[in-house]
Amino acid sequence: MIINADVAVIGGGPAGLAAAIECRKNGIENILVIERDRQLGGILNQCIHPGFGLHVFGEELTGPEYAQRYINMLAETDIKTMTDTMVLSLSSDRVIRAVNAQTGVAEIHAGAVILAMGCRERTRGMLRIPGTRPAGIYTAGTAQRLVNIEGLMPGKNTVILGSGDIGLIMARRMTLEGSKVKGVYEIMPKSGGLKRNIVQCLNDFGIPLHLSKTAIEIHGKERVEGVTVASVDENLSPIKGTEEYVECDTLLLSVGLIPENELSRGAGIAIDPKTKGPVCEKGFETSVPGIFACGNVYKVYDLVDNVTKDSVLAGRSAAEYLKSRSF
Amino acid sequence: MNSQKYDFAVVGAGVSGAWIAYELSKYTAKTCLIEKENDVAMGATKANSAIIHAGYDPVPGTLMAKLNVRGNELVRELHEKMDIPFRQIGSLVIALSEDDEAKIRELYERGLKNGVKGLKILTKEETLALEPNLSDEVRGALLAETAGVCSSFEMSVAPAEVAENNGVDLIRNFKVENVSYEDGYTILVSSDGKTVAARTVINAAGVHADEIAALFGDDSFTMTPRRGEYSILDNSCKDLVRHVIFQPPVKYGKGILVSQTVDGNIIVGPTAENIDDKEDKSTTTEGQKTAFDGARRSVPSVSERDVITSFSGIRPIGGKGDFIIGFSDANKALFNVAGIESPGLTAAPAIGEYVIEKLIESGHKFVKKDDFDNTRIVVRFKDLSDEEKNRKIAENPLYGRVICRCETVTEGEIVDSIRRGAGARDMDGVKRRVRAGMGRCQGGFCGPRVMEILSRELDIPMSEVTKFGGGSRMTEKETL
Amino acid sequence: MQTTKVTCVICPVGCTIEVDHEKIDGKETVIDVRNNKCPRGFKYASAEVINPERVLTSTVRLKNGAVPRLSVKSERPVPKTSLFDCMKEIRKASVSSPVKMGDIIIENVAGTGVNIVATHNG
Repeated sequence: MIINADVAVIGGGPAGLAAAIECRKNGIENILVIERDRQLGGILNQCIHPGFGLHVFGEELTGPEYAQRYINMLAETDIKTMTDTMVLSLSSDRVIRAVNAQTGVAEIHAGAVILAMGCRERTRGMLRIPGTRPAGIYTAGTAQRLVNIEGLMPGKNTVILGSGDIGLIMARRMTLEGSKVKGVYEIMPKSGGLKRNIVQCLNDFGIPLHLSKTAIEIHGKERVEGVTVASVDENLSPIKGTEEYVECDTLLLSVGLIPENELSRGAGIAIDPKTKGPVCEKGFETSVPGIFACGNVYKVYDLVDNVTKDSVLAGRSAAEYLKSRSF
Repeated sequence: MNSQKYDFAVVGAGVSGAWIAYELSKYTAKTCLIEKENDVAMGATKANSAIIHAGYDPVPGTLMAKLNVRGNELVRELHEKMDIPFRQIGSLVIALSEDDEAKIRELYERGLKNGVKGLKILTKEETLALEPNLSDEVRGALLAETAGVCSSFEMSVAPAEVAENNGVDLIRNFKVENVSYEDGYTILVSSDGKTVAARTVINAAGVHADEIAALFGDDSFTMTPRRGEYSILDNSCKDLVRHVIFQPPVKYGKGILVSQTVDGNIIVGPTAENIDDKEDKSTTTEGQKTAFDGARRSVPSVSERDVITSFSGIRPIGGKGDFIIGFSDANKALFNVAGIESPGLTAAPAIGEYVIEKLIESGHKFVKKDDFDNTRIVVRFKDLSDEEKNRKIAENPLYGRVICRCETVTEGEIVDSIRRGAGARDMDGVKRRVRAGMGRCQGGFCGPRVMEILSRELDIPMSEVTKFGGGSRMTEKETL
Repeated sequence: MQTTKVTCVICPVGCTIEVDHEKIDGKETVIDVRNNKCPRGFKYASAEVINPERVLTSTVRLKNGAVPRLSVKSERPVPKTSLFDCMKEIRKASVSSPVKMGDIIIENVAGTGVNIVATHNG
């Protein structure tokens, strides 16, 4: 099956939705948004906490509300969406192969492509924390999905490694749902999260934040039984003699995000080794003409409002690119 | 006691036990395959280099040598029919010193004595032409064309599945803790009081084989657990090496290797450390350092930065210098298959054949089944052409729903992995069968979806889904 | 008079706001607010000294929905001291699809006078 589109947007999270809507506003007619999950909105759907939208909407919204507003805006247009659809490949001449249960493998020929695949979390394997491999180790984002979408609690006694915002937010969320959060351990001398999150997610609930400390070993055969934490020196190496055993059945990792650019690489798009996102000219055009990138696939953002702003610009550039080619 | 009665009970569903059960399933004899864990291949089979060795390494005349070479033949013969992922990429033992050069010549001679085909000594130039990323120090290499890489897990799940499809009962979560005797049967009693009766018990309990033997009054061998640590690198490094790269063997085994895996990642390891705890599969900072330092001697550009996951495995060392296969002298109801250390994975299919041979020699009468079928077809969506993908999706729309995005694994494949013979019962079981959760995000995205599918297919609540059986539950009950 | 430093949680800027306050006629009263960059900060910091409040977000069971849970929030901030009482009620709640964003899920949660509303269609 072959589908033609003026613009194909890969990813139906905040970046993809904003870019698609902006393309429509700029007169592009045949727009297709491809989303791998069953619903649009991306990771915002599991970010049930407030703190979104102050800059874009001038009011404070939760993640699902922010997403729902864009989903509603999209529904008022004739932009087409394919959900539960996985993109298998993207070529430099803007042919997308995507698969879903209804249409099978479809080839989408696009005039312009906007990449909006988001990012993924760094994992335990990447941190190379020694020890056993029991159940009960989750990235903070996976735990967030389990709690907020599936309604399942990862465990009763939680240690959080890394003080990124998702980790802080999960510290509060786990506490509200009845899990004892023993502490947040941050290897750096300073938290990676926003100040407001330290106040309202940790301080509000008396959860200690331990700076310059990290987990050096995971214990437990079937389920996590505890972690050994230790202070680190200025080279981030554990200091002998500072080891401390913390009993817990759950370890959440909040140690950073990485733009998800496997498709981009497949299309031969140049990737910045520092941001791990596509190298972009102004207007968020990648090194491959006609392919644009926005949102966390381009670089990891702190604020969804800024994702939206940049994605609007990317959408506009894609529209301009198409117009300049049709004359 | 009213126990289910069998002619043979194979204890241990690792790679040896699975191939023994596979061979037994060709005959009318009634067989069960007993496993203490929730899945097959949970011991030494689970975590090793997954190399199919050519057979130049074992001492000529040993059982190890004979069964290694025969096992290698059988893998190459059966892997397509039984859908066991295997790639005959060949191996190189590289020489980094004059000493090493003498060692590889010695291995070459051994190989010829053992009947290994496709052996060749390469010059430095020939070696570097095959493997440009090797150290400049390399002086030559022994090439073994028949060596390859496989999925060590599929090497056991395939025969276990065929065995179950052909009438063998797979009994999981049965830890043999006691034996008694009744009417010519041995009664195996599990730690939670279940029983199974068998005329002959085949002890393929891996690192625990000595404990099983002891229950039968046989203390003729002890097993020493030897831990080996490995790391897997991201598949963006897959062209680092094209063959299995060994250094010459050292006292504790075949040394640290760098190899492609059957899936196109790079594997580095193992270390070799004798430990006390047979279940201690932890990884250590020192071990990881040893592995990488060793690997860099062969391939200087190997880097810890590309690690996507590390693991460690326990090798069952029997201490006799050879496989221990045969009836126990202490108890004729017991047949030991122990000390199956490297090259045990390669030898396993031949071990199955050899066990039958020995049983026949001792007077067992086997009757062949006419309907034995070892055909196994596993849908691997990612590897299909678009046309084949569409055909599969038309047959079953679940093949159109990608669950694991890093490895492109569909719901259809996950459901298959649960419903097949010797199927998955937990998260690790799914992961090992279809690679869902094996990729870059390590299950971050697909984990919750796989839990849902397991819960639905096994008809258990989400909170009872485990990582690998027992108490390894993934979550608490619904939000506390 | 007492001066309390409050880290504002209203937006990601996280201003450190100084609040002068004093008990007048037995009632904690705000005298002065400094270092806030916006009026929202003024309001927040004042409330934080007298009666700290938080917007509470959580989920409730969703029957026949695309996913098992529906995200919800308190329509207005609730007293910080009542967060766990509110959670007790939220945990017992359950709704059936279809639900629209903004629909009231629990009225007057834990006697706070604040409603719990859906934050997504479900």
